[in-house]
Amino acid sequence: MTELHHLSIRELSAGLTGKQFSSLELTQHYLARIDRIDAQINSFISVTHESALANAKLADESRVSGTAGLLTGIPIAHKDIFCTQGVRTSCGSKMLDNFIAPYNATVISQCNAAGLVMLGKTNMDEFAMGSSSESSFYGATHNPWQLGRVPGGSSGGSAAAVAADLAPFATATDTGGSIRQPAAFCGLTGLKPTYGRVSRFGMIAYASSLDQGGPIGRSAEDCAYLMQVMAGHDVKDSTSVDRPTDDYVAGLTATNADKPLQGLRIGLPHEYLKDGLDADVKARVEEALKVLENLGATLVWINLTTTDAAIPAYYLIAPAEASSNLSRYDGVRFGHRCENPKDLMDLYTRSRTEGFGDEVQRRILVGTYALSAGYYDAYYLKAQKVRRLIQNDFLKAFEQCDVIAGPTAPTAAYGIGAKQDPVAMYLGDIYTIAVNLAGLPAISAPVGFDTSYNGQDNAQNHCSPLPVGLQLIGPYWSESKLLNIIHQYQQHTDWHKQRSPLALDQVGAKA
Amino acid sequence: MNTEIRARNDQLIHGWEVVIGLEIHCQLNTQSKIFSGSPTAFGAEPNTQASLIDLALPGTLPVLNREVVNKAVRFGLGIDAEICRASVFARKNYFYPDLPKGYQISQMDDPIVGKGHLDIVLEDGTVKRVGVTRAHLEEDAGKSLHEDFAGMTGIDLNRAGTPLLEIVSEPDMRSATEAVAYAKTIHSLVRWLGISDGNMAEGSFRCDCNISIRKPDASEFGTRCELKNINSFRFIERAIEAEVERQIDLIEGGGRVIQQTRLYDPNKNETRAMRSKEEANDYRYFPDPDLLPVVISEAQIEQIRSELPELPEARRSRFVEAYQLSEYDARIMNGARELADFYEDAVKTAGISQAKIVANWVMGDLLGALNKAEKELADSPVTPTQLGGLVVRIADNTISGKIAKVVFTEMMQGGGESADDIISAKGLKQETDTGAIEAIIKEVLAANEKMVEEYRAGKEKAFNGLVGQIMKASKGKANPSQVNELLKNLLNG
Repeated sequence: MTELHHLSIRELSAGLTGKQFSSLELTQHYLARIDRIDAQINSFISVTHESALANAKLADESRVSGTAGLLTGIPIAHKDIFCTQGVRTSCGSKMLDNFIAPYNATVISQCNAAGLVMLGKTNMDEFAMGSSSESSFYGATHNPWQLGRVPGGSSGGSAAAVAADLAPFATATDTGGSIRQPAAFCGLTGLKPTYGRVSRFGMIAYASSLDQGGPIGRSAEDCAYLMQVMAGHDVKDSTSVDRPTDDYVAGLTATNADKPLQGLRIGLPHEYLKDGLDADVKARVEEALKVLENLGATLVWINLTTTDAAIPAYYLIAPAEASSNLSRYDGVRFGHRCENPKDLMDLYTRSRTEGFGDEVQRRILVGTYALSAGYYDAYYLKAQKVRRLIQNDFLKAFEQCDVIAGPTAPTAAYGIGAKQDPVAMYLGDIYTIAVNLAGLPAISAPVGFDTSYNGQDNAQNHCSPLPVGLQLIGPYWSESKLLNIIHQYQQHTDWHKQRSPLALDQVGAKA
Repeated sequence: MNTEIRARNDQLIHGWEVVIGLEIHCQLNTQSKIFSGSPTAFGAEPNTQASLIDLALPGTLPVLNREVVNKAVRFGLGIDAEICRASVFARKNYFYPDLPKGYQISQMDDPIVGKGHLDIVLEDGTVKRVGVTRAHLEEDAGKSLHEDFAGMTGIDLNRAGTPLLEIVSEPDMRSATEAVAYAKTIHSLVRWLGISDGNMAEGSFRCDCNISIRKPDASEFGTRCELKNINSFRFIERAIEAEVERQIDLIEGGGRVIQQTRLYDPNKNETRAMRSKEEANDYRYFPDPDLLPVVISEAQIEQIRSELPELPEARRSRFVEAYQLSEYDARIMNGARELADFYEDAVKTAGISQAKIVANWVMGDLLGALNKAEKELADSPVTPTQLGGLVVRIADNTISGKIAKVVFTEMMQGGGESADDIISAKGLKQETDTGAIEAIIKEVLAANEKMVEEYRAGKEKAFNGLVGQIMKASKGKANPSQVNELLKNLLNG
């Protein structure tokens, strides 16, 4: 039998239903892998052994009693940004190292209700601020394909855990690319839904108008299963949209098996495929486009003239909202409090200086500045106007095409510590950020490997070629369509079936 | 000199004109908070009415209580204001231990209620129109408790998230008494509209006063100071007077007013600087991305309008027309919705022809007696039906006005008996039988021959003396006009 940790969600569901293995066995298998392997990649902040085993037993019981659902008993990893009742929810920050959430985020409640078994909470950039998962208070997460490389961020822990087969899939969040770019760096599929599709209640806020939860998995199909659980209206989140959800799993179909994408118009922005893009990445994206064409899609060149404005606009709006969202961490009610404050100002200043890392402090400072009297119009307000132009740019593009394609990131995963200059790191978000500003859904899927890998040190360092991701951007509420396009692509390619060296590690495998 | 300036000069203090604008924070009387489901009841144990959202736990989000919006719209319609069709909540950012999120959700641009106005009645009976710049929704902060914690500060978040309507006036007031009249009118209006209990002792109605002075011929306003958080009408008046005096002394002593926020100390009757403009927070307002704009349709506004009680102005003019009250009486009868309701209920019993008499009874006897007994109208021992019934018996000559006072005093004891019950139990029915009255008169005349002689000698005063004796002999029950007539006949006959 195939190793348990290589099974897809559909296969896991079938195996549990067919009693080929129990949820307890499956959960023990994954926990054993985490215990043996995670030290190499640091993808988990907390591993919830006890509750995982207890919930696995409950899941097995409900399988017996016939109350189980499709996903009951399947393990999952949650990004440590989602509040989990009774479990530390750190958001990757020293500030919340002592924070045991007294309630569940809506996404967590939905996953629990579906019978998913939480293995633990995954590492992330502190407060989701970063693109490499290096800014975590708990240390950097390593890329399972090459341990010296970053897994991307901010959902790097979720991506690395799935890429190392330490969890079959994981929840993640995306404010400027934090689902898609780690998915690309780790050879996975990740979906950033339309803003308002997944509840933000209990998801610790970074930039409220941009944050959106979504799935990371090994395939579009795996993501569809998780999306089915996560999507929905929530009265506890005023920005959640009251609109019926699609059946994302049932949507993975094609009427014409040879030409499943017949009639699909894929827009290629000139701005996404020009200078600054790594030659290897460009080549892989072009190869993938060729495959999509072979599957029936037609390619049309389009313009997204506001592309260059997205990064500056984002790095004003997101820090502005963050500076306000993070004001609640004041050392008064929860979170880190400095020792023996001498007065109120000292309590605030030291608690926050000690509790927040450099990148968080940098964004609070930038955001505070952008909102200050005398600068508001020039920075925040102007950025909001640019945001509107970006949104219009996309809406205009969707008059000419059904989806927009391009690379997810300009390069494959870079080395840990390679981007010391924050601005250099910000520039890596060029293809993902505009999507958040416009509130659109987008998906990243693996389309091949970086050829710069020289093949050395494979045995010692788990080195292998690095994955490259393709991004598809769709109109509002087109999640189902995006998942299906990638699903059709994955029916004809096997990039999503490639395993990282760590995933091929037999540790924890069933005897 | 035109009348406008002359009117202004009447109120000058040592040659200075006072300019006042008020910001009134009025707690809306919803069952739950503005952005969470926690109850808003006053006086609970600290932090027992603070939910995850009120505590601003990571990941929590606000959800607007729609009832708060309805109440704000009610207010807007009550001052004839524009209602914003898509008003926006904004974050006002500042750090304070009793402000859990580190920002207060308020409104900056696009407040829910735009420009409106309100008429206030001054002491001399003249009416002045005061502009309302805007009214916006916001959440209250918690409370810092500085006592009882041995040098530490306690935080009670029960109040955090309580809905407030901040009503901002134009700088239209020209004296402390005008400011008080305006505050009282707003206070009466919000209670009238049923959107606030207006309880000042519990902090449901608090006032910030913006005060400046200038020479009457100046075209610009002077530099203003803001007096924060005054929670009684008496203190509004005193605080303004103290602040005006301070500003006059300052300027006449060669100094100048610095824009600052000040606190009024009622014990010392003086204002003290809290912080100057330079030290003021930069609140970094921006639209709250967790909340959508509050969209209000024409249909919703019309629905709320249809549910409004008759507004004070409309009711006052109806009182003048339907009940023939003077403007002055109508305004008093309309001073509060409860009073107007009481009055109209009493008129219903007494009959519309007695409306003016009922008004006199309410204004004079009832309010006087309640005042003396230190009771509110709501606790009045006399019901509208009782008072109306009393007026009926005066009108139909069952009792005299004088006896009516006796009956009223009896009613104030709170037994709940009707006027008729009291009249018959106490035998107070007016004597109108001519024969019986004649008999009493004859007795009195026989006993007071000297006065009769004096009257016949031309001393008119003696007549009144005799009437007094007759009324006394009848224990006040004889009909006075009958007594007059019969006495005259007997003396002259």
